[in-house]
Amino acid sequence: MTSAALRSRAWKLLELVTTPLLPSDYLDLVSPLRAGADLRGRIEAVHRETDDAATIVIRPGKGWRGHVAGQYIRIGIDVDGVRLWRAYSVTSPTSRADGRITITVKAIPDGKVSNHLVRKAKPGTVIQLDQATGEFVLPAAKPAKVLYLTAGSGITPVMGMLRDTKFADVVMVHSAPRKEDVIFRNDLHDLVADKALTLVELHTDTDGMLDIAELEKLVPDWAERETWACGPTGLLDAAEEHWAKHGVAERLHMERFRPTVVVAGEGGEVTFGKTGKTVEADGATPLLNIGEEAGVLMPSGCRMGICFGCVTPLKSGAVRDLRTGEITEASDSPTAHVLVQTCVSAAAGPCELER
Amino acid sequence: MTAIDPTAHLTDEQIEELGRELDAIRDEVIASRGEKDAAYIRKVISVQRKLELTSRGILLFSLFPPAWIIGTAGLSVAKIMDNMEIGHNILHGQWDWMRDPKIHSTTWEWDHVSPADQWKHSHNELHHTYTNVIGKDNDLGYGIMRVDEDQKWHPMYLAQPLWNFINACFFEYGIAAYDLELGKNLHKRRRKNPEFVARAKAVGRKIRKQVLKDYVIHPLLSGPSFLTTLAATFTANLIRNLWSHSVIMCGHFPEGVQTFERRSIRGETRGQWYLRQMMGSANISGSKAMHFMTGNLSHQIEHHLFPDLPSNRYAEVAVKVRALFEKYELDYVTGPLPKQVFSAWHKVFRLSLPNKKPKVKTPDRDKELVAA
Repeated sequence: MTSAALRSRAWKLLELVTTPLLPSDYLDLVSPLRAGADLRGRIEAVHRETDDAATIVIRPGKGWRGHVAGQYIRIGIDVDGVRLWRAYSVTSPTSRADGRITITVKAIPDGKVSNHLVRKAKPGTVIQLDQATGEFVLPAAKPAKVLYLTAGSGITPVMGMLRDTKFADVVMVHSAPRKEDVIFRNDLHDLVADKALTLVELHTDTDGMLDIAELEKLVPDWAERETWACGPTGLLDAAEEHWAKHGVAERLHMERFRPTVVVAGEGGEVTFGKTGKTVEADGATPLLNIGEEAGVLMPSGCRMGICFGCVTPLKSGAVRDLRTGEITEASDSPTAHVLVQTCVSAAAGPCELER
Repeated sequence: MTAIDPTAHLTDEQIEELGRELDAIRDEVIASRGEKDAAYIRKVISVQRKLELTSRGILLFSLFPPAWIIGTAGLSVAKIMDNMEIGHNILHGQWDWMRDPKIHSTTWEWDHVSPADQWKHSHNELHHTYTNVIGKDNDLGYGIMRVDEDQKWHPMYLAQPLWNFINACFFEYGIAAYDLELGKNLHKRRRKNPEFVARAKAVGRKIRKQVLKDYVIHPLLSGPSFLTTLAATFTANLIRNLWSHSVIMCGHFPEGVQTFERRSIRGETRGQWYLRQMMGSANISGSKAMHFMTGNLSHQIEHHLFPDLPSNRYAEVAVKVRALFEKYELDYVTGPLPKQVFSAWHKVFRLSLPNKKPKVKTPDRDKELVAA
């Protein structure tokens, strides 16, 4: 018998002992980052970057498969006891010797996760991770000239690239409200001192917003450069138009940090993913009734919000708890859906249920 | 239904006001639910798992009497924690708000022969919705006993103290049979119903796994301690069964707890539903350790009012709920465990016989239903 087969037999035997739990339920207590466990990470340090931004150093579990510079990861962290998932760019280079990864987070107003990470996260905390993903990456063949066009926290994926790959000719045009708001300012100026980077640093509070038509004055050969752009929607939309207008759209690569804007209105269109039905729902009728009336097989129970017999994964959108008025939004993660009680929840804008 | 309605003094408006006050208590807990609560349940789960592993480890040497005693005691406590404070409450959805897929009512499985999904249906949907409604809530005597004067007497009930004792010893199997509605489903016509067959098979699989673990694998791993470990796991299951049976009997059977007629719940308002839960449940008083070992079902009244609030909050909720009982001049049924267990058993014995007094002539229910 091969050793793999032996191991699998031993594991099966172990499962007979631990039933109804799994051996991993016990192993997770002592070794949450081991090989074979769900992918997790441990926060090892939190370094302040600016007043409202911090870099989180994470030791990923054994199952971490690495990332490509520019990619992002999703993390699941418990905020006030509730697991919330968000996506952040990896800001560490792929070659980091100690195997740690970093993300850099800017606290946004009312951002539950970003504020928690910047102000409250503690070393030692175990978080959930997804493998790195994203198409905003450097190509295998090195381009001769590179332009990074960034603003605000849009600098984060680009910092991952800057730290990862050296190019002969790199220009960065970065905007932030004030000098003290520039994340990685010291690192950037170190690179400038080493002649590894040409930096155009714009402070929009005093300089005004970057007018994309003026780019030519700042970087005369911009159209020849392979460009990676990341920042607010306004900047990206303008860049897209500008590059297209000059017939060099293929040189522009963009990453949008689109926070899912949820319209929590009075009802909306409800989609039942598995059954493939879409119906209009008002803001007062429980989704359970909506589904049943549409002929969807909905699990149901007490119909008063106590038995949880009706819980259904919410794939997108938002629902309102008819009892409290509280809005529940779909999570960022494609695998960890929020479960909602359909018997006491109504549509709050368009939403999709996995039924 | 007792002859005198203990809620007769309340007006409809008062009942709805009571409902609003209870809603406010619920909202307060939900608004303050957070990190501390999450840390609590994770800690309990972690302690339970470590206790179970350690106890089973010690039992590998159960040939030595001290090892047997310590291991059996530890395993009994671990099994009780698994079923009561952890399993029962997670399966109620009390911790679903954490959005942790590992601690969620839809994914949890417990150390019990009844599969979690079947138990959730009969317990959460039927028992908690139709609490103490005769003919609707099978928890009232579990279909094998008469626990209310209004349940019709039958000679079979003469032996109900014996049924109750046997049920207590093998309580987890009793629950599994109950969740399968065996009494109803073993009828010839229903026996082959594919849905029932599938559920019965699921129970069979669960029983096989549980038995294999407790009575085959663990004893085998103990080598020369095979027989003593077998005796230990059997004892631990027995202790867990007797304990949970006692706690659960105290929830709805003690004297002073009200039962309800089917028609009384038609068109029930939120306030009336709350009131039925208040009058249909009984608490157990005692130490923190006792509350913990009952899975906080010692706060049965609070649990029935708010079945999905985290169990670690019932103690603080109880203070406010009790104040409402006083305000509305209602009887808060509670007492120490021995007293409540005695009271419940006393009822089992008393009602094994036909009603003593000729029953006050109550209108024939079925006829009245037709007339209505």
